[in-house]
Amino acid sequence: MSGFIQLVVSGLATGAIYALVAVGFALLWQTSQTINFAQGEFVMVPAFFVLVAMKVWGLGYLPSIAIGLVVSALLLGAAFKGLVVEPMLRHGVLPLVISTVALAILMKESVKDFYSSQAQQFPPIVEGTDIEFLGAVVSTQSIAIFFVALGAVALLNWFLSSTLTGRAMQATAQNRAVARILGVDVDRMILYTFLINGLLTALASFLISPIYLAKFTNGETLGLAAFVAAIVGGFNHVRGAVLGGLILGVLDNLAASYVSAQYRAAVPLIVLVVVILFRPQGLLGRVEERSV
Amino acid sequence: MKYLMKSFFVAAMAMAPVAAGAQSTIYIPNLAELSGAGAVSGTNWRDGIILAVEEINAKGGILGRKLDVPHVDTQSEASIARAQIQRMIDNKAYVVLGPVFSGSVLPSMELTKQAEIPQIMGGEAAAITQRGNPYIFRTAFGQQVSMPKIANYMRDGVKAKSVAVVWVNNDFGKGGRDAFTAEMRKRNIPVVADVSTESGQVDFASDVVKVKNANADAIFVYTNEEESARFLREARKQGIRAPLIGETTLLGQKVIELAGEAANGVKGHVGLTADAPVPALQEFGEKFKKRFGYANDHNGIKGYTAVYVIKHVTEKIGKFDSKAFAAALHGMTIKPSDEPGILMEATWDKNGDIDRQSFLGEVVAGKQKIVEILPKAGL
Amino acid sequence: MERARLVPLAIAAAVVLALALGPQFLRPSSLYLVSLWAVTAIAAMGLNLTLGYAGQISMAQGAFVGIGAYATAILMQQGVPFPAAFVAAGAICFGVGWLLGYPALRVQHHYLAFVTLAFTTLVYLLLRNEQWLTNGVYGISGIQRPVLFGVSFAKSADYYYFCLGMLAIFLGAMWWMIRSPWGRAFMVLRENPVRAMSLGVDTRRYTLLAFAIGSSIGGFAGGLFAPLVQFLEPGSFSLGYSLSLLLMVIVGGSGYLLGPLVGAMVAVLLPEFLRFTQGYYLLLYAAAVMILMTFCPQGLIGMAERIAAALRRRRTTATTGTH
Repeated sequence: MSGFIQLVVSGLATGAIYALVAVGFALLWQTSQTINFAQGEFVMVPAFFVLVAMKVWGLGYLPSIAIGLVVSALLLGAAFKGLVVEPMLRHGVLPLVISTVALAILMKESVKDFYSSQAQQFPPIVEGTDIEFLGAVVSTQSIAIFFVALGAVALLNWFLSSTLTGRAMQATAQNRAVARILGVDVDRMILYTFLINGLLTALASFLISPIYLAKFTNGETLGLAAFVAAIVGGFNHVRGAVLGGLILGVLDNLAASYVSAQYRAAVPLIVLVVVILFRPQGLLGRVEERSV
Repeated sequence: MKYLMKSFFVAAMAMAPVAAGAQSTIYIPNLAELSGAGAVSGTNWRDGIILAVEEINAKGGILGRKLDVPHVDTQSEASIARAQIQRMIDNKAYVVLGPVFSGSVLPSMELTKQAEIPQIMGGEAAAITQRGNPYIFRTAFGQQVSMPKIANYMRDGVKAKSVAVVWVNNDFGKGGRDAFTAEMRKRNIPVVADVSTESGQVDFASDVVKVKNANADAIFVYTNEEESARFLREARKQGIRAPLIGETTLLGQKVIELAGEAANGVKGHVGLTADAPVPALQEFGEKFKKRFGYANDHNGIKGYTAVYVIKHVTEKIGKFDSKAFAAALHGMTIKPSDEPGILMEATWDKNGDIDRQSFLGEVVAGKQKIVEILPKAGL
Repeated sequence: MERARLVPLAIAAAVVLALALGPQFLRPSSLYLVSLWAVTAIAAMGLNLTLGYAGQISMAQGAFVGIGAYATAILMQQGVPFPAAFVAAGAICFGVGWLLGYPALRVQHHYLAFVTLAFTTLVYLLLRNEQWLTNGVYGISGIQRPVLFGVSFAKSADYYYFCLGMLAIFLGAMWWMIRSPWGRAFMVLRENPVRAMSLGVDTRRYTLLAFAIGSSIGGFAGGLFAPLVQFLEPGSFSLGYSLSLLLMVIVGGSGYLLGPLVGAMVAVLLPEFLRFTQGYYLLLYAAAVMILMTFCPQGLIGMAERIAAALRRRRTTATTGTH
């Protein structure tokens, strides 16, 4: 039994990261129909911005993190929107998919060629000590990750539902034409979405890199996890993506223990296919927009 | 039209490196995993080679000829590896270096055999030297050599009555796991948990839970460096008491650096390490770090010594003759007193397997400590 | 004949002649690469049918090449002669492709992309884990080149002709197919599914067929791949390979007959000519793909068409100018 609780607790910690990445992914999809196949790499790269600031320029941890956030928002948010997504939207979905696949390769290769192919240590936000919880052992690091990640999502949710800008963004996501008639500056709202995605992935990067170690291949599994989480939870729903992420984290651990370690990667994918075929709007999604 | 065709073929021919200066250099291409799944091992291997080539060329090369060692990427793909090795053969390579992944060694070694060109590579899968190929040479123990050493240590050193195995599900990990379980069976030690993990896996909670529930006397961990570090952290967190035993990778400097305090107490067998009580290995480690800015793993040592093997054997036979090279290296012992670059005395047998001293080590207070030097196995 | 049509014809004739005379000039390594290009181009051609003509996005073509390659290798090891194993590879992939088409009846676009992506990973896991069948991570080595009617294709030059011959056959079949009622039905399906239905096209059947035929061509490519490389391991057929085939089709020009040939050339042959780029080839390739997608999502053939059209327009204005 303590084993089971351990699996669930550890899975929730990993799942919170997936949730963070999935939320940004879903936001982009909602407001600009962008399926970002480089989302995993968006989480991999910010850690290296920070490492450059710390190791090359010799700055401290906090200033480096601040630089990492700003650079991520600019490059992964604004530049991604302006240089990659925008010029391609008129061509339809497929060219953009291809372009983000290429972007993922570009980011991976750049980090490998210009920084290092070796895994790098990354400073943690809190020092890890282990504490017991219902017979399971959790590190304070995992707890911090869990609460920071969910806190960020809650904050985002509040922003989207309770501020004027947030509601304008939601209106943009739901129906661009109507939003424009209502006087919403649609372009700016879309830009905000990209900036938020850049910040979310950077935050995820800083949270996980101390545990995962910063490495150029990190995005591969994370990107896939983000898709699965976003689709399972519901593409057009922030809460859905959170639920999807947590489910995925726990499911992965349970599958490895109770189904088959060799096929652990298959279980989330099978869930994904089942959800797509029988509930394409996701567990929490609404049936308003289905691509058929 | 004729012109067009001609230019097509001229372009195709241009694929071959310029033959000019062939007299002053000797072509020893290196085929390595520089991108894809094997990039970390391949880069280490390549950098070890670069270091050795720079040293040798600075001293005038081999028999008066400088080494021309292009580094070619397999992209960790068998089909690409095969294409590249064919080109090296077409270009009349003297000796071929690499690759590191057994999955790329297997398709390429048939071709070097047909072309009668020696191939000195980094793969550790047992199958490589079991096919009677006279042109393939190892730079590290094959798993059929290292696993019995670990198995003896399990029985005699740890005195384990049952073991759990944690392995990474690729050709490296699966090969090691298969060889290890076979050795355990021979020694009548039951394997009570057999845990497969993924390369690149991050969350080891479920694997540690499984191992913990199995209650084995000892746990054998056979995964790559980063995954080893993550496993050790999780094992420490969940309070695993049984000794954690590993082979080369588990006790590496990289694992200690990444796992921190959780690596303390880990024991095992180490084939090649810059931390061994061998001054030459330690000096190499410092040189490597100075040149490339990171600590080498065993693949760096493998690449470095491979180049020195070429130097020594060639000087011994006194000419650049691929066939004579392969014949000479079989059964040869190279001593550091004759060739300092070899770092440790090593012997090659008729299959191309390597034999040298190895170590039993333990991680104490964040440092690898060698507790025993194991003699050569005497293949 | 007008000059505008003469130029492409002359280029085509030159290429065919050059390929036919290849073994006179090329060394084994280059022959191998051209053979690999032919095999890759066939695989991409299959995807081009599913994606380019029928408009169904698939990230599973690499998995079908894998299934075809493993089927061929395993059957040949059981003593089945190459032709039978080769046909079986295509047939198996036809069946599996048909089944994979069913999700496409329910969902499209990115959802279909994710379903096929999941399929690719599942196939990889099966190839790796079911060691009794595929020899797992150790891979299958020592796959023999085919012997047909007493003629051995073991030498690189002979297998080179074999692969190019196959490429010609598949190219011809594809050319015929897209002109047949089937091909037209596929294209209506891509352009306007609703219209297709109202025209009486059985969209269900044609969607499944588009998947099944495209996949079986992938399987045939696998059947050629196994004896070419003579070694198979599961890692070659993971998601990365499917994505790279997808890139090839788009880069070459999806929906163009020759698009996959050009795309495969960029991915397989071009790195050889650009070896001075060293380890940076993949990086440059990725950047080039992004630029191409921005300015000409119709791919390289689309771009060539556009340039040719522009030239023609200039020539016509120039000639009218002199009058």
